[in-house]
Amino acid sequence: MGDNSIIRLENITVSFDGEQVLKNLNLSIRDGEFVTLLGPSGCGKTTTLRIIGGFVKPDAGDVFFNGKKINDLPPHKREVNTIFQKYALFPHLNVYDNVAFGMRVHKKSEKQVKETVREMLAMVNLSGFANRNVNSLSGGQQQRVAIARALANDPKVLLLDEPLGALDLKLRKDMQVELKKIQKATGITFIFVTHDQEEALSMSDTVVVMDSGEIQQIGTPEDIYNEPANAFVADFIGESNILDGVMLEDYLCSFAGKKFRCVDAGFQKNENVDVVIRPEDIDVVEADSTHLTGVVTNVTFKGVHFEIIVDVEDFKWMIQSTDYQPVGAKIGLLIQPEDIHIMKKSVYSGTFGDYSTFSDEMEEDVAKEEEAEREDEV
Amino acid sequence: MKSKALSAPYIVWMCIFIIVPLFLVAYFAFTDKTGAFTLENIIQVGQYSDVFLRSIWMGALATLFSLVLGYPLAYIISRSSLRHQSVLIMLVMLPMWMNFLLRTYAWMTLLEDNGMINNFLAAIGLPRLHMINTAGAVVFGMVYDYLPFMILPLYTVLMKIDRSVIEAAQDLGANSRKVFLKVTVPMSMPGIISGITMVFVPAVSTFIISKMLGGGSNLLIGDLIDMQFLGNAYNPYLGSAISLVLMVLILICMGIMNQFDEDGSAEGGMMP
Amino acid sequence: MKKVISRIYMAIIFVFLYAPIVILVLFSFNDSDTKSRAVWSGFSLRWYQKLFSNGELLNALRNTLIIAVVAAIAATVLGTVAAIGINSMKKWPKRFVMSVGNLPMVNPEIVTGISLLLLFVFGARLLHVELGIFSVILAHITFCLPYVILSVMPKLRQMDNSLFEAAQDLGCTPIHSFFKVVFPEILPGIITGAVMAFTLSIDDFVISYFTSGTTQTLPVYIYSMTRKRVSPEINALSTLLFGTILVLLLVINFSKKRSNDVKEKEEAR
Repeated sequence: MGDNSIIRLENITVSFDGEQVLKNLNLSIRDGEFVTLLGPSGCGKTTTLRIIGGFVKPDAGDVFFNGKKINDLPPHKREVNTIFQKYALFPHLNVYDNVAFGMRVHKKSEKQVKETVREMLAMVNLSGFANRNVNSLSGGQQQRVAIARALANDPKVLLLDEPLGALDLKLRKDMQVELKKIQKATGITFIFVTHDQEEALSMSDTVVVMDSGEIQQIGTPEDIYNEPANAFVADFIGESNILDGVMLEDYLCSFAGKKFRCVDAGFQKNENVDVVIRPEDIDVVEADSTHLTGVVTNVTFKGVHFEIIVDVEDFKWMIQSTDYQPVGAKIGLLIQPEDIHIMKKSVYSGTFGDYSTFSDEMEEDVAKEEEAEREDEV
Repeated sequence: MKSKALSAPYIVWMCIFIIVPLFLVAYFAFTDKTGAFTLENIIQVGQYSDVFLRSIWMGALATLFSLVLGYPLAYIISRSSLRHQSVLIMLVMLPMWMNFLLRTYAWMTLLEDNGMINNFLAAIGLPRLHMINTAGAVVFGMVYDYLPFMILPLYTVLMKIDRSVIEAAQDLGANSRKVFLKVTVPMSMPGIISGITMVFVPAVSTFIISKMLGGGSNLLIGDLIDMQFLGNAYNPYLGSAISLVLMVLILICMGIMNQFDEDGSAEGGMMP
Repeated sequence: MKKVISRIYMAIIFVFLYAPIVILVLFSFNDSDTKSRAVWSGFSLRWYQKLFSNGELLNALRNTLIIAVVAAIAATVLGTVAAIGINSMKKWPKRFVMSVGNLPMVNPEIVTGISLLLLFVFGARLLHVELGIFSVILAHITFCLPYVILSVMPKLRQMDNSLFEAAQDLGCTPIHSFFKVVFPEILPGIITGAVMAFTLSIDDFVISYFTSGTTQTLPVYIYSMTRKRVSPEINALSTLLFGTILVLLLVINFSKKRSNDVKEKEEAR
C-alpha cells in the first residue's frame, strides 16, 4: 500500500437479502489515476462505487480516504462526487442552478458561484445553456451538465457509474475522449464503472476486472489484454481461444496434441494450465504436418478483417485475418511463441474459449431460457 | 380516425347543462324580479363582505392545517416499502368512502358539551371545554373532511421522485434538512398546488360543516347561498350574484396558485 | 428513532381519521334512549330493527340506487363516445371542450348545484322537467361526465393508432374494428370511469340537495335526520354502509391480487 493511495478498501464484504455481492474486496486507488471497474452486470462494480460514495454501508471491512477511515461518514460530508447512471439532474432547476447546487449548499458567495459555473459550463462546451430547462436537453447535454455539476464541487475523487451507457455509439466515443481530457486537465481521480471492455481499455490508467463480487485482475490495459490472469479475464476482454494445455518445462508447453515453444516460465513440471491465443495473433499458412491444421467451417466479413472459424480436431478456433478463406478449405495455423499466453487453472477453466457457438447473442438467449425454466420449476 | 363527430352529443349536453346554467346564474345576478338589468344584486353582495372574509379565512386556515398535517404523512408513506404503501394509501382513502355528512355528524357526538371528549375530560378531573358551535370546530371539521384530498396528490408526486436525485443532492453536500428543503419540497410543488386547490375550493364553499359544527354563529358563503335558494331568505337574484362572486374569487385564487407552478404540471394526482 | 417518530405520527393521523367512524359503529349497538348519545348502556340491535322498518329511509335508499345506476350507465356511454371524439380533435378545440367540460369538477359544488337548480326551475317551461328523480339523474350525469372522460382519455392516448388501421387493413369494417381492437384496449379506463361515476353519484349530497325537490336520496335524508338530531338510527345506517364498502373493497382488492398473481405466473412462462 503506497502512501499516495487516496481511496483504500480493505476486506469489504456486502450482502443484499442474504446474497453476497462483494466478497472480501481489497482495492487501493492512487491519487490522480483514471481507474475503471470493469465487469458484467451483477459483478459488484456499482456496489463498490456506492460504498466509496457512501450510499452503501459495508457489512464488514473499512473504507479509507487519504488514510482516514470514513466508514461512518455520510455522503454529504465526503469529498467525492458522483455522476449517476441516469444523470439525476434536478428537474425543478435550470442548468445554471443545477451546476450551482453544490456550491450554494456549501454557502459559497454568489460571485464565486457565478464564476465557477461559467468556467464549468465552458469546460463541458455548454456555455450558452445556463438558463435552459434541463428537461429540454439531449442525453449527451444532460450528461455534460451532470459532469459540470459534480466538478463544480471541486471533488478529490469523481465516481462515474456507467455514465455513457445511455448514449448512442458516436456520442459515446466523443464523450470518452472528452472525459479523458477533463481528467487530464483537472488531475482529479476518476473511478469509472462500465461493462464495456473497449471503453475500459481506451480510457483507463488502471483497469480492475471484477466478477461475482471478486476482483479477478488489476493492471494496466496492456497487461490485462496481453497477460490475462485467468480464463474469465481472457474471455471478457477481447476474443480469445482458450485451450487446455500442459506446461512440460520452462518455455515449452503442449496443447491441441502438439508441442510449442513459449515465453512463460516458473510453472511446475507437467502442470495443467489454460492456454490463451488471441485470434488476431494466428497466421494462416499452408496445411502441412509441422502446423496445426483444420477445416474452415464459417467465414464472416467484419469490415477490417474476416472472422474465420476453423475446426481443429473438434475444437473450434477463431482467427481474425485480412485474407479471405473459403468454407471447407484446409488451412494451417502458425502461432509465434510470444503469442502464447499461459494461465494457471482457475474456477473459470473450461467455461470459455471454444467457438462452437459463435453468436454471443444466441448464447445469452439460451442462458435466459434456462434461467426462466429454472424459475418455473421453483 | 374520422370520429370528431362522436363528440357532438357531448357538446350538446355540455351546452345545455353547463354553459346555459352558468349563463342563467350570470343573468339572474344582473336582473331584478321584473327581468330588468340591475347592478343592485352585486352591490348588495358587498354587505356580506364579513361572510366572505370569514369563509376565505377559515378555508385558508383549514388548507394550511391540512398541508402541515398531510405533508409529513404523505412523505412517510412515500418512503415506506411498496407493499405497505398501497395498504396505507387505502387507509387514507377509506374514510372518504363513507358519506361525509355521517362523519361530520360523528364529530358532533365527540365535540358536544356533553360529548365523549368532555365526558372523558370530566372523568379524569379536567375542566370541560366548549368546542362545538365555535369557529375552531368548523375549521377542525374542514380539515377532517378534506385531509385525504391533500394527502393523495402529495403522495403521488413524492412517490415519483427518483431516489438517485435525492442521492445526487447528498452527494453534492446537502444534509438531510437541505435535501428536504432544496430538492424534495420544490419537486413536490405540483402536488402541493393541486392539494391546496382540492382542499381550499370545497372548504371555502361548504355549507354543511358550518351548519353542523358551527351552530348558527359562523355563517359562511355556502350558507348564504343556500339561504337564498332553499332557505328562508329566498332571493335567487342575490344568491346568483353571490355565487358569481364566489366563482370569480376562486378563479382568481387558482390563477394565483398556478403562477407558482411554472411548468403548468399541476395535474399531479387529480385522479386517484 | 426517526422510525419511531414517524410511526407515532402516522398513528395519530389515523386515529384522527378513524375516531368518528369507530364511534359511529360502536354506538350503533348502544342500548340507550335517544337523549344522550354519548353514554354507553349495553349492547342492542334495536336501532337496526328500527332502521329496517323505516319506510322513508328505504325509499331514499331505493332512489339513490336507481339514480346511481342510471346516471353511471348514461355518463359512461356518453363519456366514452365523447372521449373518442375529443381525442381526434385538434389541439385548440380539444383544449376548449376539455376545459368547459371540466367546469363541474373545478367549480364549487354549490355553484354547480344552484346553476342546475336555476335551469330546472326557470328553464322548466322549455325543458318540461320538474324537480324530482329525473332532474337529479340529469344533474348527476353532468357532474360524472368529466370523470369518465378523464379516465378513458389516457387509455386512448396510450393506444397505438395503427392498431385501428391494422384491423381495417386485415379486413374489418371501422365499426367492427372498434369493438374488436379499440374497445378492449380502453376497457380498463371505461370501467374505472363507470365505478367512479357510480360512487360519486351515491355519495353526492350538495348537487342532489339543490336539484331533488321533494324527492329524497340517501344523503339528503341523512341531512334531514342530522338536523332533527334523532340519532342512533343514523349510527346503524353508517355502520351498514361502511361495512358494505369495506367488504366490497376487500373483495375487489383480493380479486385484483389474485388476478395479478395469475398474470405474473403466466408472464413467467
